[in-house]
Amino acid sequence: MANRPIVTIDGNEAAAYIAHKTNEVIAIYPITPSSAMGEWADQWTSELKPNIWNTVPLVMEMQSEGGAAGAVHGALQTGSLTTTFTASQGLLLMIPNMYKIAGELTSTVFHVAARSLAAQGLSIFGDHSDVMGVRQTGWAMLCSNSVQEIMDFALLAQAATLEARIPFIHFFDGFRTSHEVAKIEQLTDDDIRAMIDDELVMAHRGRGLTPERPVMRGTAQNPDVYFQGRETVNPFYLKVPGIVQAAMDKFAALTGRQYHLFDYVGAPDAERVMVIMGSAAETAQHTAEFLASQGEKVGVLKIRLVRPWSSEHFIAALPPTVKVLATMDRTKEPGAAGEPLYQDVITALMESGKAQIRVIGGRYGLSSKEWTPAMVKAVFDEMTKPAPKNHFTVGIIDDVTFTSLEVDPSFTIESPKVVRALFYGLGADGTVGANKNSIKIIGEDTPNFAQGYFVYDSKKSGATTVSHLRFGPTEIRQPYLIESANFIAIHQSVFLERFDVLAKAAPGAICLLNTYYSKEEVWDKLPRVYQQQLISKGMKLYVIDAYAVADKTGMGGRINTIMQTCFFAISGVLPRDEAIAAIKESIYKTYGKRGEKVVQANYQAVDDTLANLFEVPVPSQATSALELPPPVPAAAPDFVQKVTAEIIAGRGDLLPVSAMPVDGTFPVGTAQWEKRNLALEIPIWDPDVCIQCGKCALVCPHATIRIKVYPQEELAGAPESFQSMPYKGKEFPNWLYSIQVAPEDCTGCAACVHVCPAKNKREPRFKAINMEPQPPIRQREVENYDFFLGIPDIDRRTVNIKLVKTNQMLQPLFEYSGACSGCGETPYIKLVTQLFGDRTIVANATGCSSIYGGNLPTTPYTKDASGRGPAWSNSLFEDNAEFGLGMRLTLDKRLEFARELLQAHAERIGPELVDALLQADQSDESGIYEQRLRVAELRQRLATIQSNGESRALTHLADIADVLVAKSVWIFGGDGWAYDIGYGGLDHVLSTGRNVNVLVLDTEVYSNTGGQMSKSTPRAAVAKFAAGGKRMAKKDLAMMAMNYGSIYVARIAMGANDAQAVRAIIEAENYDGPSLIIAYSHCIAHGINMTTANDQQKLAVDSGYWPLMRFDPRLTAQGKNPLQLDSKAPKIPLQDYIYNETRYTMLLKSDPQAAAMLLAEAQADVNNRWRMYEQLATLDYSHAAGH
Amino acid sequence: MNLTTHYMGFELKNPIVPSASPLTRNIDNIRRMEDAGAAAITMHSLFEEQIEFEAEQFEHFFGYGTESFAEALTYFPKLNEFGVGPDHYLEMVRKAKEAVDLPVIASLNGISDGGWIDYATKIQQAGADALEINLYFLPTDQNTTSGEVEQIYLDVLANVKRHVTIPVAMKLGPYFTSLPRMAHALDGAGADALVLFNRFYQPDLDIEELAVMPHLVLSSSEELRLPLRWIAILYSHVRCSLALTTGVHRAEDAIKAVMAGADIANTTSALLQYGIGHITTLLNGMVRWMDEHEYDSVDMMKGSLSQRNVAEPAAFERANYMKTLQSYRGLR
Repeated sequence: MANRPIVTIDGNEAAAYIAHKTNEVIAIYPITPSSAMGEWADQWTSELKPNIWNTVPLVMEMQSEGGAAGAVHGALQTGSLTTTFTASQGLLLMIPNMYKIAGELTSTVFHVAARSLAAQGLSIFGDHSDVMGVRQTGWAMLCSNSVQEIMDFALLAQAATLEARIPFIHFFDGFRTSHEVAKIEQLTDDDIRAMIDDELVMAHRGRGLTPERPVMRGTAQNPDVYFQGRETVNPFYLKVPGIVQAAMDKFAALTGRQYHLFDYVGAPDAERVMVIMGSAAETAQHTAEFLASQGEKVGVLKIRLVRPWSSEHFIAALPPTVKVLATMDRTKEPGAAGEPLYQDVITALMESGKAQIRVIGGRYGLSSKEWTPAMVKAVFDEMTKPAPKNHFTVGIIDDVTFTSLEVDPSFTIESPKVVRALFYGLGADGTVGANKNSIKIIGEDTPNFAQGYFVYDSKKSGATTVSHLRFGPTEIRQPYLIESANFIAIHQSVFLERFDVLAKAAPGAICLLNTYYSKEEVWDKLPRVYQQQLISKGMKLYVIDAYAVADKTGMGGRINTIMQTCFFAISGVLPRDEAIAAIKESIYKTYGKRGEKVVQANYQAVDDTLANLFEVPVPSQATSALELPPPVPAAAPDFVQKVTAEIIAGRGDLLPVSAMPVDGTFPVGTAQWEKRNLALEIPIWDPDVCIQCGKCALVCPHATIRIKVYPQEELAGAPESFQSMPYKGKEFPNWLYSIQVAPEDCTGCAACVHVCPAKNKREPRFKAINMEPQPPIRQREVENYDFFLGIPDIDRRTVNIKLVKTNQMLQPLFEYSGACSGCGETPYIKLVTQLFGDRTIVANATGCSSIYGGNLPTTPYTKDASGRGPAWSNSLFEDNAEFGLGMRLTLDKRLEFARELLQAHAERIGPELVDALLQADQSDESGIYEQRLRVAELRQRLATIQSNGESRALTHLADIADVLVAKSVWIFGGDGWAYDIGYGGLDHVLSTGRNVNVLVLDTEVYSNTGGQMSKSTPRAAVAKFAAGGKRMAKKDLAMMAMNYGSIYVARIAMGANDAQAVRAIIEAENYDGPSLIIAYSHCIAHGINMTTANDQQKLAVDSGYWPLMRFDPRLTAQGKNPLQLDSKAPKIPLQDYIYNETRYTMLLKSDPQAAAMLLAEAQADVNNRWRMYEQLATLDYSHAAGH
Repeated sequence: MNLTTHYMGFELKNPIVPSASPLTRNIDNIRRMEDAGAAAITMHSLFEEQIEFEAEQFEHFFGYGTESFAEALTYFPKLNEFGVGPDHYLEMVRKAKEAVDLPVIASLNGISDGGWIDYATKIQQAGADALEINLYFLPTDQNTTSGEVEQIYLDVLANVKRHVTIPVAMKLGPYFTSLPRMAHALDGAGADALVLFNRFYQPDLDIEELAVMPHLVLSSSEELRLPLRWIAILYSHVRCSLALTTGVHRAEDAIKAVMAGADIANTTSALLQYGIGHITTLLNGMVRWMDEHEYDSVDMMKGSLSQRNVAEPAAFERANYMKTLQSYRGLR
């Protein structure tokens, strides 16, 4: 037996490890939850880690999964060992190539972290919809159920594909297995070499195209021979099961781990057998074994090789005693006779003469829905019934078509030997990182087994994280969340208000609470529900003021090490001294490279923790009168109360099918009901200093700084602390002006304070807006904000929308998003909604903007007092421009139809009204207003005409009359979409001449998936997939679009020149043709201070890196140069801009020589591009006048 | 013409030594300094505070926003080879030693006892021939006494001397109540040289933005006189070497430095202003002047206009000012 290292890693790393060891070319593209596999591969290649043939694999990021599949196909056709990693819609984009690769009998393995497909809504979480969506492509499919199996099966798949010549999908459950951290045995190079036959590798290479032995593949075939050609592959498929089993047997001899195509576990004489695959099979096995030990005749058949389906092996693996089978599909095929596994099993039984075995099919676990022992038992129980449900669901409450099984939630099979710990933390407090570290400590420094799984919420700022950790003396095969914890850590006391954090506490559990209350005070501050549970469950309570310890020890706001130390000190998982030594060693490993001070601060934090950790005696009586507040206020509308509030409260799993919209349609304006109270400090206005410039509201990423101008009488009834001042503009004489914070929605980024140009003359450290601690003023400001919201919004017709100081009076129809605190994208979106939101339709590419824009439970898009606001939808990542164009086409066609009807029926409607409707000038707010009045009049007249029994055509006109009011189509997306995956479509849409407005929120990386390089990433910046610094210059998307000559193009940076940004957005919108706005969007992936990030925008412009410009084709016809440069020639060196950002400075530290070289090249890029722009902007266009 | 001088035990071919500046961040510049005739190289300073700051910044930004959102658990690639800390500086010292055949004097600005010792030790291990301690303590606490400030300097020197064997120079500012006393104490504590004086950035005020602005102005020959006076006063009263820095722009300035008693004349602003080749200009100017004035050697000039050797020692003292004043009046 080889001496194999024991490692504590997650599923993605396990798959990537084998893939990198066994391939020569790896084409990658990021998509959750598979991105980490590509990141590992890229990192190992950048570290020059070789594969088993001692050469470093070549890793290439592509522009899309379709591109990755194409590159893979090409590399395979030329004989390279090639792989890729993907999931979900990414896998679907590979389908065309997958047919080709299989049809050409090509050996390869794609590793898939299986994920839901976007249907009624997108989900990043795990199920088998994607892999089942490609089961017809002719690929073999091998399913791993655990992290260990991922490492094992990745190798088995690689070995088998080389021999079988059939390509393999190796898949495992996204998140549940791809992200589960587990202690496993790592295969060695010798193991891998033993499994990979070099003769087969050379045979694969030998089939590659080469001019030395020219052949051709990919011919076009005709009716005479295509069919026969298709049947040639049959023998290869027939051999696959045998080849895989032989590989499994060889592997068993090598490692001791024996797998089969179908592995049966449970009672040998089982009558009820569940057929299942993936991580759920682990839970099923664990439960079946428990039930069998109780005398129940149950078992589980775990499917390994899903394709090619081997009925022979399936039948052979079943116990002969079986009477009922339950097939469990983690996918849904609406309208099918049954889900894929159900149909496979029925067919196998039928063809094998076993039709007497009853089969029921069920669906479970879509989008990582929990699959627990209680659910497994519910299925086994159902199988005992004389007429069990078929096509059932389990894990949800289906009160519409009543497919769901009843589940007894009290059924649990947790072992008393396993420590089960739950940690509630905020993303920002480092809880998850500390827990991953604890797992490594326990997994690698003790004989214990460890398991960690982490649940994140849908917000990017102030996200709640829940860590589920299990530790025990035997292998932990429980891929489901902890329902009964014997240790619960509450790392933020704010959670005590949000949801019942002790609901999952087991009797006798320990509770650790981070609170600023002393051990004497804390009991009285606990809501009653916690006091009762602490008493009734016989729990122990420990408290620490972790933030005080962090502050004292130089840890800033990071409490991770402190809370980790508390866990080890009181959980008893390890002897205290041993644990502390291990924590310190781990601190050194983690932070050693970051400098001695960081290490020492962490050491000090560990040492100071124990002296500040106290046990609080639990009294025998609950004394608190405090109750948990409701998740949303009573004023929230019905849907929010019944659905949204339940999701916010963490009870979304309990919502029945009937509660959900049937087609994925949700109301807007819901973010206002989710009060998150994230900010420790909020901005407070000082009217004495304010100059009414509006910049604070403009830059606020969350629309939590609001401005209103109103007549004095509106102040009646204002709270005493509500502030106002005379408005300084002349257009509203004697009116008042107020700036007000939304205290419970502000994220505390302080961008507003930083951008405020007005300083207190006596004490310049104060501005016209200043941060103050939130808790003491929260209630006061809540009342002020409520009053503020009640003041009527300004009449849009009276506002000069071109000026920041006035357009910020307009109501934002995008508010309180879950974007990162200080986000650089959201101010642009908010501005668009202020300017045109009441008539806007948004097509949103998948990415950050679709997540903070549309991730449940709430949406920041909202509507105005008249009920109008942006209508929003997300199609896919790759098709957003086309999606938006489709919206435009609808409007254009509908408008044409409406105009035809108006003209055709002008006499009956009234020629004057029709003429006014057709000739309306809607270029400003007054024009829009007047047209809305005309449309209302039209409707009224049509209603009268209709009542007189007029034509069907007029019914249609009444139906579509709204289209006569101008609509604004906006296409939002990031650079990953616009520069990479969606570029082809974007280019086409821009070329059509249709009136769409494209806003590219350019963060220069794939921000939503964690900062991978795009073609927008600048030279010299470090990004994932460009760990050594990007070597090529950023694509000049603006220049490419300008080439058409008929596209309005602008490059803007709000932090550098807000007036230019506003002007460009207005011009783009009123240009009757395609517009492209490229907006500098600072991002946490830049490694910058988000409070001062607007300064970076200014430096980007000053350095010439981000030249502000507008290209307006309308000017050409006037004989003017359409290109206008709105910023001056570079006035600071590039390095003065870029070396304020971690994405650049980290290269200085990791590879100073490369950094110097790339800086010089990047500076040359800037200089050259500026010269080119300058020349273009001075070209004479007088010849073009009138054309 | 013999330009040889002795500094901290090194025999230098002339007294012109570039002082710590950003120029030495580039090895090519160091080579060019040697080619231009520099007698030794003083590296730019290793700032402990900067290293700590950078480490904290990287720690903060690598961690910021991580493990918070399921799709983006991190935002940067993991880099195993990552040089936060003194590694880059130490590498520069090593490369400088390889690049030139001159004594390489490293420069260190620390902020903690551990930092001074740790970095000084590493600098020695990297191959530096000597170490210049660039210490600037600005007392803003009204309870800090002048004695306590002086003790900080002495403690740092003692700590560093205990852990390194290479010569150690102390670069000082002029703001001591009794500079001779301080110099004597440092000399006694084992300083191998005193470098007079450090120029400190003095912040400016921006009255438009109502803010304090960092302000960097290069030195001029006018500023030579402050170190010139104190070198002249200290010459022959301390055992250690003396280096004059600040205001050495012309050959005459270097000659004055030597005549006041400096073993070497440091120059930076002039090199930043005129280029590294200015070292040659300074040396040629010195030779020409010495030739014209019939000096055979630097040794012959050294200290000749020090307080000890001038005809009017009192000219370096307060009377100097009085006399100047009187002569000014006389002119009226």
